Amino acid sequence: MADTVETAPDMRTEIAGIRMKNPVMVASGTFGYGPEYADLVDLNRLGAIVVKGICAEPWGGNDVPRMVEVRGGLLNAIGLQGPGVDGFVKTYMPFLRQFDTPVLVNIWGRDEAEYEEVAARFDDVPGIAGLELNISCPNIKEGGIAFGTDLTMASDLIRRVRKRTRLPLIPKLAPNVPHVGRFAKAAQEAGADAISLINTLPAMVIDIETRRPVLANKVGGLSGPAVHPVAVKQVWEAAQAVSIPIIGMGGIETAEDALEFVIAGATAVAVGTANFTDPTTVTRVIDGMVTYLKRHGLSSITELVGSIRD
Amino acid sequence: MQIEQAKVKSHTLVGGDYRELVLSAPHTAGAARPGQFVHLRVPRLDGSVLRRPFSIYRARDGQLSILYKTVGRGTEAMEAMAVGDRVDLIGPLGNGFPVEAAGNSPLLVAGGYGVAPLSFLAEELAPTRGTVFIGGGAARDILCVGDFESMGWEVRITTEDGSLGEQGLVTAAVDGWLAAHPDATPVLYACGPEGLLRAVGERGVAASHTAWLSLDKHMGCGIGACLACVQKIRGEDGSVAWKRVCCDGPVFEAAEVEWDG
Ligand SMILES: Cc1cc2nc3c(=O)[nH]c(=O)nc-3n(C[C@H](O)[C@H](O)[C@H](O)COP(=O)(O)OP(=O)(O)OC[C@H]3O[C@@H](n4cnc5c(N)ncnc54)[C@H](O)[C@@H]3O)c2cc1C
Ligand SMILES: Cc1cc2nc3c(=O)[nH]c(=O)nc-3n(C[C@H](O)[C@H](O)[C@H](O)COP(=O)(O)O)c2cc1C
Ligand code: FES
Repeated sequence: MADTVETAPDMRTEIAGIRMKNPVMVASGTFGYGPEYADLVDLNRLGAIVVKGICAEPWGGNDVPRMVEVRGGLLNAIGLQGPGVDGFVKTYMPFLRQFDTPVLVNIWGRDEAEYEEVAARFDDVPGIAGLELNISCPNIKEGGIAFGTDLTMASDLIRRVRKRTRLPLIPKLAPNVPHVGRFAKAAQEAGADAISLINTLPAMVIDIETRRPVLANKVGGLSGPAVHPVAVKQVWEAAQAVSIPIIGMGGIETAEDALEFVIAGATAVAVGTANFTDPTTVTRVIDGMVTYLKRHGLSSITELVGSIRD
Repeated sequence: MQIEQAKVKSHTLVGGDYRELVLSAPHTAGAARPGQFVHLRVPRLDGSVLRRPFSIYRARDGQLSILYKTVGRGTEAMEAMAVGDRVDLIGPLGNGFPVEAAGNSPLLVAGGYGVAPLSFLAEELAPTRGTVFIGGGAARDILCVGDFESMGWEVRITTEDGSLGEQGLVTAAVDGWLAAHPDATPVLYACGPEGLLRAVGERGVAASHTAWLSLDKHMGCGIGACLACVQKIRGEDGSVAWKRVCCDGPVFEAAEVEWDG
């Protein structure tokens, strides 16, 4: 008895000054802009909401098919369709401000100047807790992953955007680099307040009857349980390279999946693809993490962060 | 829209590769309108992250049914579902067919499993009746004929191999009907493969008849969040934009659908 904690463990956490009631967020692009899932999920229970990627003006994205299921996951090539800064703020911010849940906006640009512009335009929008800087989308030629896989480009971009915003800045790193720790460290040195990883892994599916790629964009990004061990390894490596907090994501379906990220060094986690499979995933993960903390006699989730043993 | 833990009440082979799955799902069944669909999590489908969308075929007394064709891994796994099994579904989803604007003699055009939501529509349209064109590859693809006959509809069957009804494409039969009724101004409703929808849509637009088409697109979330299921749609101001088939559709008016690009 002495070793078990009777009171509910403390799930509160903080990323770059953003206070969250628990460490479980939803991943960009898998939860729309908020209202879409509101009938099915209590948005007040989420640690934070990260909305779909936004660039300066409305953007059409790729042709269809944009998604295909594979064993253990899916490929998407949405191509960052979105309403642009003004469209997003006007249509969705009044809705999002009603909830007691921090809102992070995922931003991207076709070149450095657009990234800077988007960051600057969000700077004085009320109700936005932070910016997740997408430098790792595999689905657009302009920008995206080109920045995320080149150390110099990544760090220049982060430095430039840093100067244009007072909001917490959270670069989202690409998983497909040989030394993610170097990127994490470069991001920290360029002024990042936290790091998100992983984005999807570049991937491809071919229809052997037609001999054509299944996705209109030919290639897409792999997400879901298949990427989970890859993501855990990248988070673990990044955590050793930096002192800023890490948001871990990739293939979380259960509390156990999320806890691996926390033990590897993530301060918070995000659920992506699993929202499609089961919209109750986030709440199940939160509840399961609480159960785990109780079972291990831990009074706070923060005690578990980076607690990996040799 | 809600998540419901439905229970399998019956599961029967209705011919060919088609099965009817009857589920006890009071919330979804109570709210369902023709043309809406459910997003099913297929039980025991290892390594699957996506649900599968199916049109609602019937909805009454707390039960709903779907009529599905086995075409791949998910539908194959569905064949093993047994009475009493639990099925996680989200529904009812989508906008559905507008029933108010059907006029007094609607034409329904169905291809394959596309007949399922149109049978539900005919039920809702009663006492209004009209003509239904049911097309398929062969006799085994022709379903629900009895549903329409019992409601007093004129049923026109076409098969590509001629094994039932007239031989040829269902759209040829529609052309025949339109030519024989030059003064008619029917409202058309169609559900089936994209080729059929385009052909029906073109005829509707050419003859200035309203044609409601239920589109079929690969889906992720099914509720509007992922932007996987989009179709180019022309707005009232003439501008073309992607709309989400899962929640802005699946039913669109033919004149607003931009097929190419
Ligand atoms: C609004 C809507 C209503 C539908 N209603 C019916 C119905 O009443 N009866 C019926 O038999 N089928 C219906 N379908 C098609 C049905 O969803 C697919 O046949 C089914 O998803 C195939 O799954 P699978 O795993 O067996 O096939 P696979 O080909 O192995 O599936 C692989 C992936 O592609 C998707 N997919 C494959 N074919 C289709 C398709 N034609 N449309 C959408 N996604 C597809 C699957 O969902 C899955 O994600 C409907 C589709 C939509 C969009
Ligand atoms: C359909 C879809 C759309 C996505 N859109 C974005 C996006 O706009 N911006 C971004 O940074 N990441 C995007 N992602 C990546 C996810 O946020 C997440 O990093 C990735 O999917 C791994 O997590 P998961 O395996 O839990 O899905 C998208 C993922 C999916 C599946
Ligand atoms: S399926 Fe996700 S938006 Fe339509």
